[in-house]
Amino acid sequence: MTHRFTLSRRSFLAGTAAAGGLSLGFSLPALAQDAPTGDIPEMNAWVVINPDNTVVVRVAKIEMGQGTLTGLAQLVAEELECDWDNVTWSYPTPGENVARSRVWGSFGTFGSQGIRTSHQMVREGGAAARMMLVQAAANRWGVDAGTLSVSKGVITGPGGETLTYGEVAADAANLEVPTEVALKDPADWTIAGSRVLRLDTTGKLDGSQKYAIDLKVDGMMLAAIKQTPVMGGKIASIDADAVMGMPGVQRVVQISDEAVVVVADTWWRAKTALDALPIEWDLGENASFGMADLEAMLDEGLSATEAFVGNQSGDVAAAFESAAQVLEADYHYPWQHHATMEPMNAMALVTDDSCEVWVPTQNAETDLAVAAETTGLEIPQCEIHRINLGGGFGRRASAADYTVVALKVAMEMKGTPVKVIWSREEDTTHGTYHPTTKARMRGALDADGNLTALHMRISGQSIFAGLMPFALQNGMDPLTFQGLQADGPEGQLGYTVPNLLVDHAMRNPPVRPGFWRGVNNNQNAFYLESFMDELADAAGKDPLEFRRGLMQNHPKHLAVLDKVAEGIGWDTPAPEGRFRGLCQHMGYGSYVAAAAEVSVDDRGALTIHKIVAATDCGHVVNPQQVEAQIEGSFAYGLSAGLLSQVTMEEGRVQEENFDTYPIVSMWEMPAVESHLIPSGGFWGGVGEPTIFVATPAVMNAVYRATGQRIRELPLSKHDLTPQ
Amino acid sequence: MPTLVVNGTSMDFDAEPDTPLLWVLREQLGLTGTKYGCGVAACGACTVHIDGIATRSCQMQIQDIRPGEEITTIEGLSPDRSHPIQQAWAELDVPQCGYCQSGQIMAAAAFLHDFPEPTDEDIKQNMTNLCRCGTYNRIKAGIKRAAELS
Repeated sequence: MTHRFTLSRRSFLAGTAAAGGLSLGFSLPALAQDAPTGDIPEMNAWVVINPDNTVVVRVAKIEMGQGTLTGLAQLVAEELECDWDNVTWSYPTPGENVARSRVWGSFGTFGSQGIRTSHQMVREGGAAARMMLVQAAANRWGVDAGTLSVSKGVITGPGGETLTYGEVAADAANLEVPTEVALKDPADWTIAGSRVLRLDTTGKLDGSQKYAIDLKVDGMMLAAIKQTPVMGGKIASIDADAVMGMPGVQRVVQISDEAVVVVADTWWRAKTALDALPIEWDLGENASFGMADLEAMLDEGLSATEAFVGNQSGDVAAAFESAAQVLEADYHYPWQHHATMEPMNAMALVTDDSCEVWVPTQNAETDLAVAAETTGLEIPQCEIHRINLGGGFGRRASAADYTVVALKVAMEMKGTPVKVIWSREEDTTHGTYHPTTKARMRGALDADGNLTALHMRISGQSIFAGLMPFALQNGMDPLTFQGLQADGPEGQLGYTVPNLLVDHAMRNPPVRPGFWRGVNNNQNAFYLESFMDELADAAGKDPLEFRRGLMQNHPKHLAVLDKVAEGIGWDTPAPEGRFRGLCQHMGYGSYVAAAAEVSVDDRGALTIHKIVAATDCGHVVNPQQVEAQIEGSFAYGLSAGLLSQVTMEEGRVQEENFDTYPIVSMWEMPAVESHLIPSGGFWGGVGEPTIFVATPAVMNAVYRATGQRIRELPLSKHDLTPQ
Repeated sequence: MPTLVVNGTSMDFDAEPDTPLLWVLREQLGLTGTKYGCGVAACGACTVHIDGIATRSCQMQIQDIRPGEEITTIEGLSPDRSHPIQQAWAELDVPQCGYCQSGQIMAAAAFLHDFPEPTDEDIKQNMTNLCRCGTYNRIKAGIKRAAELS
């Protein structure tokens, strides 16, 4: 039934570009097969109903903590009209998706897209299944389907007779899948839109959930990896004999110019031997690169004459000429590491004619393409097992470097499953880092304190250039301008500035960039929303009022900002010794704002007493999970704002573990009050947007508290002790 | 062959004496609920109880475990997820990705034993495990709820 086709890795990676919210084309040849798999006949790709009335919802996206699994199941169950207590779930595999003409769409789970890009298809899947089940009951009773009613998986006939879904599922599965289905008005939702508990919690309470790092299969060997400490460096020599006699050691495998693994019967023994392995490196041309080089590179871009234009209106030069007041300030956002709690890992089993990979991945179809390309096997000979992630945050969205490594080791040991686990140190020093940039912000004010011009020059790193250069558009990385564009459903600037220029001087240091939860919105919001406060001060205006004056054409942006202002009590004085800041931004289709109330004591210690956050994501599928994402976003976003950064010296990442790459803990975590104000009519994401506003809200409050304008992150670089 | 008493059962294993308890639990005894996060006792994902004391098992070599010491892992905290911390965690939907939660739950269970009526400040001072998803506020609420359930 199958026919050979060539699946280029590029086409998969093009799909991965959507991580940043772009709609790049994704064409994928399909196999001439469209048959379901499994013992129980399915209703359709999304729904299987067992005789005992349990409902298996197939989930194309992957769960990594963000709650998408439960949200997608709620949407299916809502249209299916089943009993939520009977809902369970399963993951189709990438191999099945390809074999079935990609009936589940993209597996890519990034860009806060899980629900907003697949709500239509999953709801239609649930609705179609319901129609088939009702029709099957109608056929059995010999009545018109329109005379039946359905509730919680029980179909009631005109005479009050009942059948359960489980009783008619086998019949229903033989019916034609309806092509036209009507979906409910969200106002009528009962399961979707409700605060149901997650479907995947139980195994996280007793240690029974298996992450990929936990998997054990017969005959499995474990590998520890060491990669070049400097990007572009190579292995000069390895003395494998020095460690071959150590306990448990099976093999030393140099998998490329840049990496070596030790394979042993346990990972601890593999790591112990790897630490003892003599390795000579040829570190190459980047071995002298350090922060001074980065500074020079980024500073040069701040005033460079050539730059890619991301948003432009009016005549900025003329407006600056005629300004009553010009304000200028430079900002900097450092590299960040994802620091997933589960370190990078992957397991592969390769034979002469097959390949299996077990991997925590945000885009298993990329891993499938990588498996075929790396092994030289055909796609149908390869399969990826999708395992819930111990954190993703973008690190597991695109590079698939861990999968390539596992495959290369497994190819050296055919027939033996090999699991490669990164030590925390190896993980931290070989990330795909949040890109680093600087920004030169220039604003022109007229005599009345109105903003007449804004020039935002971004200088620095492009994710596309470093990770997927084919996605560049005439050399430009449009993703750099996230949240700063004039319009579009993905993200748009919330201010109308008569003369505006946002441009990017691309400067790429020798460090691998990546998509880091929130992506370029993070620094763009930090730069712009901090500078908005600076401009307000220069204009002698209240930060909220100054913003409001520019937001009359942006009612949704304004609504979330007003909401947090109301929530924090902006119109009333803060308690003695406390100070407030606020900000807003739009990204991944959602409007978000935050307000912070802080104090700084006489030793310079910051306390964040309270955060108020607001989100308009159009429709809310599970309020308590959206709140969880908002709260968690302050932990993730404020880690970058307050504590963490990746630095380079002598070409090496200096931070290796949580002792040198600190993240927000219970100690720093603020109380968060979340306001969900979905205005309907669109679907926005929730996994990332609040990250954008976490840091600028706090830094604006820090300024009010201390008079210090924080233009370089993290805050821990600065002494807040009152002078 | 050396043995450890884990979750009430005496278990044999094969590892060098300087092997961290974490890796004996995970690789020799099949108890993978205890997680590897950092290996330097900075994150707490590997927290277990040794004679009831919350201990970061990545920094505890098996040669330093004294005969008779009882080790409890997340798998042995309760037979049916009935420990008040587990009940509260379920009620409040605390976990996100869940990877750190074995350690969080073990740390919280030991903490609750020492602080049966915990204040916010007690929790802030003593719950030092890291969570990258940022479940801290629900952890805090979960501990307080567990105190009510206890």
